[in-house]
Order: sequence, then C-alpha cells, then structure tokens
Amino acid sequence: MTNTSEPQPSVPLNRDRGAILAWLGVIPFFLYTFLFLILPAGFLLIGSFQNANSEFTLENFTGLGSEAVRTAYSSSLQLSLTTALGGGIFGFLLAYAAIEGGLPRFVRSFLLTFSGVASNFSGVPLASAYINTLGRQGLLTVLLLSLGVNIYEMGFNILGIVGLSLAYLYFQMPLMVLVIAPAIDGLKKEWREASQNLGASHWQYWRYIALPILLPSLLGTMILLFGNSLGAYATAFALTGGTFPLATILIGRLIRGDVLQNPNLGYAVAVGMIVIMSLSIMVYSWLQRKTERWLR
Amino acid sequence: MKRFPFFAWFIILLGILYFFTPLAGTLEWSLRIVSRDSFSLNAYTNILISERFQRTFTFSFLAALATIAVSLLLVAPTAYWVHLKLPQLRPVVEFITLLPFVVPAIVLVYGTVRVYSRPPLSMMETEFGTNFLVVMGYTALSMPYMFRAVDSGLRAIDVRTLTEAAQSLGANWFTIIMRVIFPNLRVALLSGAFLTFAIVMGEFTISNFILPGILSFGPYMVNLNQTRTYEAAAVAILSFGLTWLSIGMIQWLGRGAPGQNQQIGGTR
Repeated sequence: MTNTSEPQPSVPLNRDRGAILAWLGVIPFFLYTFLFLILPAGFLLIGSFQNANSEFTLENFTGLGSEAVRTAYSSSLQLSLTTALGGGIFGFLLAYAAIEGGLPRFVRSFLLTFSGVASNFSGVPLASAYINTLGRQGLLTVLLLSLGVNIYEMGFNILGIVGLSLAYLYFQMPLMVLVIAPAIDGLKKEWREASQNLGASHWQYWRYIALPILLPSLLGTMILLFGNSLGAYATAFALTGGTFPLATILIGRLIRGDVLQNPNLGYAVAVGMIVIMSLSIMVYSWLQRKTERWLR
Repeated sequence: MKRFPFFAWFIILLGILYFFTPLAGTLEWSLRIVSRDSFSLNAYTNILISERFQRTFTFSFLAALATIAVSLLLVAPTAYWVHLKLPQLRPVVEFITLLPFVVPAIVLVYGTVRVYSRPPLSMMETEFGTNFLVVMGYTALSMPYMFRAVDSGLRAIDVRTLTEAAQSLGANWFTIIMRVIFPNLRVALLSGAFLTFAIVMGEFTISNFILPGILSFGPYMVNLNQTRTYEAAAVAILSFGLTWLSIGMIQWLGRGAPGQNQQIGGTR
C-alpha cells in the first residue's frame, strides 16, 4: 500500500519526512500508554522479580503458595468458574430463547437493551440492590420468611460465595447475551431448512449443526466472563465490606497497607492476576478467530 | 408446525424474575424510610438536597466530561491516523487498547499508586495530581470501548477519499479532522462518550485508591451503603436510571447501524 497519492514523483527526502511526520501523529497515544498503562504494570512486573534490596529473585512467586494468597486465589477462581459457567449457560439460553425461540420481536430488542443496561449496572449500586433484596431485611428474604422459609437458617449468606455468585451473575449473564447474540444471528435459516429436508429432527439439527458452529463462541465468551469476574473488585468490596477473601480484595488491602509485610510479594500477587487474564484473552481471541469464518 | 413456544417463554420468565427482583427490592426499600407500612419519597429528597451527594455527583460528572475529552482526543485522532497513514500499526494499537482488559482496574491502580507516589513522578500529594491521575485511570477504562466504537465507525466510511477530497479543496489537517472526519463519526464518538459517562459515574476502584477521602460518587455510594441504607437504595435506583439513560442514548443513536457490541462496559 502506498502512502502518497500525489501524481508527481516525490523526492526521497520528502518522503522520509512524511514518514517521520506520520509517526509523530501517534506519539500522544503511545506516550499515554507508556505513562499510565505500561509503567504501572511494568513497575509491578519488575518488582515481583526483586527482593527488598532490589536484587533479582524468584522468591516472591514461591511465596504465592502461602495460606492467605492461596485462599484468595482459590476463592477467586471458584467464583469466576461458577459465574462464567452459570452466566454462560443461562445467558445463552436467554439469548437463544429471545432470538430463535419463536417469540415476538419486541422480546429480543428488549432483552438486548436491558442487557446493555444490566451489564453496566455493576459495582456499588448492584451490591446495594442485592443487600436490599437478599440481606437479612431484604424484600425476598422477608417475603420467603412470611411463607415459612428462612433462607438464613438454611445456610444462605449474602456475604458468602453463593451470595456473591448471585450478584456477579447480574453482570455476567447480560454480557453473555450481548456477545453471543451476533453468533446466534449468524445461524443461517438455510442450514436448518436443509437439515429438515434431509429428515433431521430438532435435536439432530442442534447436536450436529448449531452446537458445533456455536461451540467456539460459547467457550470463548465463557472465558471472557471468567476474566470479567476475576478482575472484579467493586461489587465484592461493596457487598462484603472487604471481608471476603478474593484475589482482588487482597490486592486492595495491599494498596492500603502491607498485609503481607513484603511489598514485593504483593507485586507478585498482582502479576499473577495479569498472567491469568492474558492467558484468557489469548484463548478468547484464538476461539474468536475460529468463529469468524462462520459469521461472514 | 407452529406450536406455542413454551420453553422459550419459561426461560424469559426466569430471566425477568432474576433481573427484576433486585430492582423491586431496592425500589421498595428506598420508599420505606418513614415506616414499614407506607411509601414515601423522603429518601430521594434527602439525597437530592444532601450537600455530599451534590458535591460527589458534580465531581464525578466533571471527571466524566474530562475523561470523555481526553479519551476522544487520544483515541479518535490516533485511530484515524493509523487507518490512513500507518495501517501496519493497527494490530499494535488494537492490542494496546485491549490492555485494560488484561490489567484489571485494581491492578492498574496498584501500579499507578506505587509509581506516582515516589520521586521523580510524585503526583499523589497535590489535589491537581490526584485528579489528573484519576482521569488518566478512567481514560484507560474507557479506551477499549472508545477504540472499538471509533474503529468500526472508521471502517464504515471511506476515510482516504474523504481526506483527499478535503485536501484537494485546500483544507488543513485540523479542518479535515474537525469538520470532515469527526462529523462523519458522530454516532461512533457519541456512543463512546455515553459509555464512558456510564463507566465513570459508577466507578469505585480507581477513585477509591487515588483520591484522598470521599470525593467521587462511587466511594460516596459505598459510604451510604454502610451508614444510611434507605438513601443508599434511592441512590442505587437513581444510578440505574442514569445507566439506562446512557445506554438508551447509545442504542437510539446507533439504531439501524451494525455493530451492537459497544455497550458492554461497566466497572466491576
């Protein structure tokens, strides 16, 4: 591709100057990126490989096996896996029901609009909504109590993993709906008709045509949901007041003051998060490329 | 073979129950401030006349405007420039705009606080410094969505022809960008702006760790949660309305346009 379209042959010197000028145009963007993304992340990355005397070490990463860090990471992973799977399955069912389920058209547009709102309605107000609904005085708790069901005596706790999962699903499911809807739209009518002409049942169409086509985007989106919940902080903090041991909550306490005594170990905790997120984004984009061939 | 889509309706009904119960619970709670047996709007009026509400809301509103300005000026000209002059750089820029997904807000703010609280870059001591850092952090949060919006907008128009036509009529770069390219990207830019607005108004993580005390709306809401639950419910309802307004604007602007995936934002 050529950069210049002027009819006269350009002087080499001029063209060099044009190329340099072209690069000048992206300097503000790269400067911002360096100062406010690369530098903070790089600081943590380098710090995680150093000890208190700034010497190179791998000790911080072996330190990740300590009780506090292990608990935080395992509950973060558990919460993320549960809500990625649950949000993925229910979100897909919702999107599929609204798009292909033979429902009136307004159901679909309502679901998509609402999903846009709900996927943004997260963090502090979401936590507040859950406390008002499932807290000890919440609407649903009181309603169930009047029916003779005491969910708190049955072991439910809004501050526990079940309560957190329920709240997380409020942004996980809509995200699934929004990302998977184009893939469901991409299922061509002809495929279903062709399979029906060949005598396939509804189940066979599903099992041998729709599912294999949708599978990469289903898995990819669930990985996206996994990362989405792993990095979440505000919702969990506002809901539990920072008491529930999640990796993000642990990082929050590290910023406030060093709960681990060793700041470099703290950097390693944060870097672990970046590593997991990078892996999920990589798998996601790989699966996304596999999907794209069907969505032309 | 038309039959009643029983299963589809059942799924939608479950969804409605799941999504509307917390809203109903919050609405009910926000109206019960006077007594358990009667409704009143006192929680809302208490909030709206509260000096702290007005102060933190204004702060976040101004921060949102600043973030929109920075994000637009940073992302839109760069995306345009890369599209026109440096197409080989596009994957790099796209990768960078994805970084805020890879580095979660809590990790980003961790690094930011550590880097900018010591010389030579200490900025955490002054009011201007912390405000500046917060807007830079918010910009990072909005960048993925802003880039996606602008990029799909750019792909929908013929950037090269428009630019060359403007050049041959004697326009300079400023005129081209402000009077030819931006107006053609109006919908994309406005969508990015409204999403940024929704993100910043509810943001908690970044402002909580960078700003001293409760200056922005997110930390204020957390504080209300812990101290005044009826008012907190009222604020949650207001916040939901605000989100609905922003997303509604995006969808109204983008009606009929392809690429519906730009509304996924939020700070978790």
